[in-house]
Amino acid sequence: MGFLLTEEQSMLRDSAQAFLSEQSPVARQRLLRDSAAPLGFAPELWQQTVELGWSACALPEEAGGLAMGYAGLGAIFELMGQHLAALPLLSHSVLAAQLLLQVSDAAQRAQWLPKLLTGDERLALALEESPRLPRQSYASVAHPQADGWVISGEKWFVIDGVGSHWLIVAAQVEAENQLGLFLLDSQTPGVHIQGQNLADARNYARITLQKVKLPSTARLPLADAPQALERALDCARICLAAEAHGLLREVLGRTVTYLQERVQFDVAIGSFQALQHRMARLYTEVELLDSCVRAALSAIDSASAELPLLASLAKARANDLCERLLNEAVQLHGGIGVTDEFDLGLFLKRARVIGQTLGDSLYHRNRYARLKGF
Amino acid sequence: MSEPNSFRAEVAAWLETHCPASMRRPIVAEEMVWGGSHLAFQNDDQRLWFERCRERGWFAPGWPKEYGGGGLSAKQARVLEEEMARLSCRQPQYNLGVWMLGPVLLEVGTDAQKREHLIPMMQGRTRWCQGFSEPNAGSDLASLKTSAKRVQDGEGEAYIVNGSKIWTSYGDQSDWMYALVRTDSGARKQQGISFVLIDMHAPGVSVKPIELISGKSSFCEVFFDNVRVPLRQLVGPEGEGWAVAKKLLQHERAAMSKFAEGGAPSHDALAVARPYLFDEQGQCHNPVARDRLASVLMDAQAFALTHQRVTAQAMARQDVSGPAAIMKLVQTEQEVAKYELLVQLMGLAGLSWEGADFTQLEHDVCRQWLLTKTYTIGGGTSEVQLNIIAKRVLGLPG
Repeated sequence: MGFLLTEEQSMLRDSAQAFLSEQSPVARQRLLRDSAAPLGFAPELWQQTVELGWSACALPEEAGGLAMGYAGLGAIFELMGQHLAALPLLSHSVLAAQLLLQVSDAAQRAQWLPKLLTGDERLALALEESPRLPRQSYASVAHPQADGWVISGEKWFVIDGVGSHWLIVAAQVEAENQLGLFLLDSQTPGVHIQGQNLADARNYARITLQKVKLPSTARLPLADAPQALERALDCARICLAAEAHGLLREVLGRTVTYLQERVQFDVAIGSFQALQHRMARLYTEVELLDSCVRAALSAIDSASAELPLLASLAKARANDLCERLLNEAVQLHGGIGVTDEFDLGLFLKRARVIGQTLGDSLYHRNRYARLKGF
Repeated sequence: MSEPNSFRAEVAAWLETHCPASMRRPIVAEEMVWGGSHLAFQNDDQRLWFERCRERGWFAPGWPKEYGGGGLSAKQARVLEEEMARLSCRQPQYNLGVWMLGPVLLEVGTDAQKREHLIPMMQGRTRWCQGFSEPNAGSDLASLKTSAKRVQDGEGEAYIVNGSKIWTSYGDQSDWMYALVRTDSGARKQQGISFVLIDMHAPGVSVKPIELISGKSSFCEVFFDNVRVPLRQLVGPEGEGWAVAKKLLQHERAAMSKFAEGGAPSHDALAVARPYLFDEQGQCHNPVARDRLASVLMDAQAFALTHQRVTAQAMARQDVSGPAAIMKLVQTEQEVAKYELLVQLMGLAGLSWEGADFTQLEHDVCRQWLLTKTYTIGGGTSEVQLNIIAKRVLGLPG
């Protein structure tokens, strides 16, 4: 199990750290929110990161990628968590990329991989239909026609769906009674994209598909669509756990600093044992999460059979800590912690959205139990 | 011998030939061979493995030959340790003297002390125990009160020791104790403490085993009633025992990992829980308990991964002082949580004390559940661990 970064990956991380410190401090996230930026991220920042190679990081060399794996990409996600940087990296370079890499048709892969690299035309995955996993089935349906497909349905919480050029839509294939994944231009007649506002002020969309007519080639040729989707989701879960890990370490550090500086009863409140022990327990959990995240990232890169198990392990722990650590941080900061002027609230809101995205802790403990055979 | 790879091959070949097959199976507590005057073997394989290692000085391969060690370089000793682990060889002798006290005597002991103590422990003739805690000095060890008063009598200078020690593992089986005693009751705390070696067979020493809430245990209480300890048994300068003990505790983690190989076997939570969670049709009637079981297994995996990560980082010479500080806390609390869940799942049968109405497993889980209560108390309580994390790792004040 690779727990350590290679020299190349460390260099990538260091350059990403320098870049985000300078270009995307937390203040930038606040600005995006206050200006109600329609995309929830800054397009010019996205282009800069593409030039830095972030979209290429985990892609294989034959796809024009840097082949630094998810261990490398995970380090970037951690930094995005630390700086609260909003970028369409999860939607475009993880979810869409993982699905397209699994497409069995080489010509089709060759057509899409350059788009993954450049990021000019973003892709988004239109998947969820309800606010909470597990999903029982898909109400969105693809009807086969003589010359293609007609798809109808409504998708919620499509990550970075606003302004995306291409959509990958998950729908029940009529007659086959199984999942199909369809790639379509977001400008296709019958597609309506409406922004949804969640607490973290990022880019989510409700996408309605009203009898959308698609050519027969729109269905992605995948050997096993549910399995391909689950793999892509696991990669995304692990990247979210990495983002959470970076965010949580940052909040822990900020809280330590606050406890060292805040004076009440003539002493720094961090000298109180009741508070010290709470902080020590939070630190302990962050270290355990760190190990789970690294192991899970490494499982993607080594195509380990343990990937689903480790994805659920990392995501469940990240979710739990996103709740516990942020709530503790707010309480330990006292009044300042609940003011909007103070940045802690921004971390709280992002952390809680991460915790609910692609499966909460109950979902992942249940899945872990099932994978363990009970 | 100098070239590590040929040394490794040589060592591996020797172990393959000389370590009996039965000594390459996982150790269980009852089969540990302890040195000392109670030395006993249950079979010839144990004796052979013990004698062969003793002959080579491989109870402590890195010690000088003149004190009964193997005379290997640090690098060679590590190779030997790695090969023994790879071939699953058992420890040929369990002895706190060799693992804890020995390295300290080599560093700060007098020549006479080295000759008197190192060679017997390396021959397996003396078994050692530790005398630190006292009934009124637990987490606050420096408040210990066992007194050592310096006297001059017909046989020379000596200390007269009075008081008691508690939580001494295998005190009733040991020949010698390394102990912290107070040589200056006027000095404050750490300053008046000295590190001495006490003959457990000396007049005035008595030992009483402690029965725990889980039943019989290896812990003992040790009483000193005017015990004469010759001055030559003082290790380091008088009044500086605290520093000597700190040196000794640096070897604790390595020693504990050797014990851990044969520690109290922990139950496989999933295997134990399964029949209590599911009926014969495989239906689970208790989704809340299932969720808790998943938590227990996930916690265990997170800990195992952390152990692997810290090992990998330490080998790459990264600073692991932070994550290393959480290990004792996390491992012991996880064991506690696991047995709490198992006992709950078993219902009243999980609280079965003895008798044929219940399975051996139910009895074992009940006793072990109670024993885990000692895990978060001994070796530095969870609260002490949290203090260390808060102050040394996080840098919180006070």
